[in-house]
Amino acid sequence: MVFRRIPWLTFAAPRNFHVLVQVLVPWLVGGAVVLAVAGLYTSFFVAPPDYQQGNSYRILFIHVPAAWMGMFIYLLMAVYGVIHLVWRIRLADMMARSLAPTGALMTFMALWTGALWGAPTWGTYWVWDARLTSTLVLLFLYLGYMALRTAVDDRENGARAASLLALVGAINVPIIYFSVEWWHTLHQGMSVTLTSAPTMAPSMFTALLLMTGACWLYCAAIALRRAQVEVLEREAETQWVRDLIRDGDSRTWDRNATVADARGTIREEGRS
Amino acid sequence: MWDGVGDFIAMGGHGPYVWGSYGLFAALLLAEMLLLRRRRRRTRAMLVRRLRRTASAQSPGEMT
Repeated sequence: MVFRRIPWLTFAAPRNFHVLVQVLVPWLVGGAVVLAVAGLYTSFFVAPPDYQQGNSYRILFIHVPAAWMGMFIYLLMAVYGVIHLVWRIRLADMMARSLAPTGALMTFMALWTGALWGAPTWGTYWVWDARLTSTLVLLFLYLGYMALRTAVDDRENGARAASLLALVGAINVPIIYFSVEWWHTLHQGMSVTLTSAPTMAPSMFTALLLMTGACWLYCAAIALRRAQVEVLEREAETQWVRDLIRDGDSRTWDRNATVADARGTIREEGRS
Repeated sequence: MWDGVGDFIAMGGHGPYVWGSYGLFAALLLAEMLLLRRRRRRTRAMLVRRLRRTASAQSPGEMT
């Protein structure tokens, strides 16, 4: 019942989303900074050197969160893509679009840090094993998604094609995740799963969790902020944006917002 | 755990790999934030200009 009381549709209306981001972002950024400081301290001053790898393993405190975020953000993009395709909620499309650059950055960093960890540990920067190759495919999916959006002139058509690509490409995420179990890979198996205790020292696991939390909050903050700018750009001609610019940022939202508000500008564009 | 700053930077001989990872990550996050801040400022400046234009079109006498 609590689920029903939360006014989901209220925030699907762009002007309410704008207010929500104004309120949320400072908290997300503050949380990210606190967790990053604690995480970096634990990574470098609490967690001991690995008995086999020495200190190069400290790269994994950013490698693993980056890889997780790369996969998670793509799934989130696919979910927003479905919401956009099925219910035509424009904000879902703006969120998907705003997540893509950050997801691409995280995936690239997973590959980059993986290569720099692999060089001293495996003796090579790169191998074409299933985990690495499917992660490279994920990066190309992100780049393809962003290219598709800029390549198609008609915004709504481009958005629909991109939503479809996000949805179809999502099949790659479980392939990445389970690749270390399905195939013989040079990449090691899972050290952290939901069902069993992590196979690493507690201080290492703490550092990993803190850095993952920091990464997650950062991604949330930057994607929400980017979507907020996207909203302002797309809704530049609307009355609420004019009011907002004239009166300064208001912190009140319209509680009577409906699905029509969430789809609003589509109809306006249809008329023009 | 560390025997001075030099030992910390050396990372037991893995310094270039460790700092190459953390350094580029930090640089890219910073770049992403700065690019978004620039885009946000430009958008808001554009909206302010647009608002002034409509205001002056509607009531030219009231412009200061």
